[in-house]
Amino acid sequence: MMKIISIGMNHETASVELRECIAKEPDIPVKALASMRDLEYIREGFFLSTCNRVEALVTTENAAEAKKSMITLISGLGNIPRESFSSSLYTFEDADAIRHIFRVASSLDSMVVGEPQILGQIKEAYAQATRLKASGVILNRLMHRAFHVAKRVRTGTGICEAAVSISFAAVELAKKIFHVLDGKNVLLIGAGEMAELAARHLMTQGVSSMAVANRTFDRAVKVAEFLKVRAVSFEEIGAQLLEADIVVTSTASPEYVITYDRVKSSLRKRRSRPLFFIDIAVPRDVQPEVNNLENVYVYDIDDLKGVIELNMAHRQQEAIKAERIVEEEVVKFEKWLKTLAVVPTIVSLRNKAESIIQAELKKSSSAMGELTSAQEEAIRTLTRSIVEKVLNDPILYLKRKADGTSLNTYLDVTIRLFNLDQDNGDTE
Amino acid sequence: MSFMWFNLALFFELLASGGFVVYLIKQQKWVFRYSYWILIVGFVCHTIFLGYRYYSLGAAPVLNFKSALSFFSWSIICAYLVFQLKCRLMVLGSFVAPFAAFLMMISSTMPWMQGPVRPMFKSLWLTVHVGTIFIGNGLFALAFLAAIMYLIQEHQIKHKRLGPIYSRLPSLATMDAINYHSIICGFPFLTVGMITGSIYAQCVLGTYWQWDPKEVWSLITWLFYAALLHERIAVGWRGRRAAIMSIVCFCILTFTFVGASLWLGGYHSFSRLGAQAF
Repeated sequence: MMKIISIGMNHETASVELRECIAKEPDIPVKALASMRDLEYIREGFFLSTCNRVEALVTTENAAEAKKSMITLISGLGNIPRESFSSSLYTFEDADAIRHIFRVASSLDSMVVGEPQILGQIKEAYAQATRLKASGVILNRLMHRAFHVAKRVRTGTGICEAAVSISFAAVELAKKIFHVLDGKNVLLIGAGEMAELAARHLMTQGVSSMAVANRTFDRAVKVAEFLKVRAVSFEEIGAQLLEADIVVTSTASPEYVITYDRVKSSLRKRRSRPLFFIDIAVPRDVQPEVNNLENVYVYDIDDLKGVIELNMAHRQQEAIKAERIVEEEVVKFEKWLKTLAVVPTIVSLRNKAESIIQAELKKSSSAMGELTSAQEEAIRTLTRSIVEKVLNDPILYLKRKADGTSLNTYLDVTIRLFNLDQDNGDTE
Repeated sequence: MSFMWFNLALFFELLASGGFVVYLIKQQKWVFRYSYWILIVGFVCHTIFLGYRYYSLGAAPVLNFKSALSFFSWSIICAYLVFQLKCRLMVLGSFVAPFAAFLMMISSTMPWMQGPVRPMFKSLWLTVHVGTIFIGNGLFALAFLAAIMYLIQEHQIKHKRLGPIYSRLPSLATMDAINYHSIICGFPFLTVGMITGSIYAQCVLGTYWQWDPKEVWSLITWLFYAALLHERIAVGWRGRRAAIMSIVCFCILTFTFVGASLWLGGYHSFSRLGAQAF
């Protein structure tokens, strides 16, 4: 009976130092897959290595031996002694292994639950496994199911919905205020790394223009060139406030750069168009009272962190739904796996029938004399369809019993009834 | 016959409202799709009911409070469906359908009009007068609901309470746009309705304007909406202030519709419109 085994380590079980040993070289998966093919007990293999996990998935008939040789293989790949990492390894068998790969693909096992990169990484790793012909019937099916599960989880739950990084959260908020960011004007005040990141996110959403202001104008020009936007001087901020829809502030200034009065005086000229301040500076750049002005919204770094925490909690909740989907799919896959057990019996049953047809045709050919090709074809079709019809019901019956507990009895009876053991030797 | 269509409409609209509320909570698209089609079925039944009433009475079916409420409910759904075709804002239905169904429920508890209709009501002017005013009212109701949604969402964003309500409601810009467009579309209807009303009054009563309470209140409503539109277009009001103002306007409109018809007397009041009066 073929077993599926998953063996590996992730961000929870192994330290970064340990994961690094294996993930450092880009061609590790190729090496791993190549040596897996040479291992005696391993039928099919799949190897995934990302910065957060190292994961091998194999099928085998001898679980204990396969595990041993996989551990040896991993310790060889990373040049690490077996004792130092065996405590960081987890191994799963059969249903647990299936569940594990489904959970990994659906990003339920990720450090940030719901992050979308992992699916792409798995797809890549799988492509590699098929290229090297390391995967076979079972793993092919398993991986495709894993992609399917990941898709179901993504569309059926809100696990990937809410933003969990500061700049994404800011963009999402901006969308809740402006609906679309097309044609909106953005003003960056201060040019830190975070502001740049937020600016990039906003730009991908199609904002029409962006200006950078900085206390030292040179730096503003530099950043503006880098982002391919306009640079404005710090003194122009007042005028820019009339145009801007979204203002991202991140200066190191100890006092408020944007004061209540300054914003208030610009409102009427702005004809009360909404204004959204994203203040990621500490200490804050925007006077908190600005938030009290009509159609003006101020989110500081703590507010954004609050949003993220909320979204995290939401994802955790959605993860429960996702686990249910995974569970359903595991049951389905197990059912399919069990039908595999009847396949050899069905194949030998068919083979036996085929060899009988050939033998009998040979015997009768002399008695039938010279036949036209059409007649020969007709006889072949006739014999074949008789055999097919006779075998059809037993085969369907076996397939139906595939996930029952008494399957082995039925297989045994079939083999004895048709005397398949003996013929196996002949046909193979 | 008409009772059956009325009850069918009521049934489907209630069912759709239930579906829309479930959609609001569960956020599943198929729930919305079913609710939407159920609402359309309810709307069709409602339309058949109105058409049948119109045919059998020979006059617009708005002559008592029951029929007026049902017509109001119909016009709100009508306005919503037109909007839905244009901007596909699913969550709006969760506010519109219950509101319309609520009006239908009130309407269903009231007695039917007995007896024949006075011949003066069998006029095309009345149909136009009532039809345009009610389409306007439907649009204003939509603006009112969008304003409520706006204020809820604005409150969430301003106070940084980004819970489940926040994620379910659309963006501020969307709701402000709905509010603005429904008022700007509704206003001409109200205007035309009032002008045709006065022409009709001239035809049957011999005077364009007679300081009837409903006429006065309609004028007040009209002035409020005109002021709101002016502020929006000329001064640049938007967002919260415009939302509050459109809620105030709708309250006045509701008073004109209910209060002036039931309590203030005058020739518009339902007790004088009904056939029982004679």
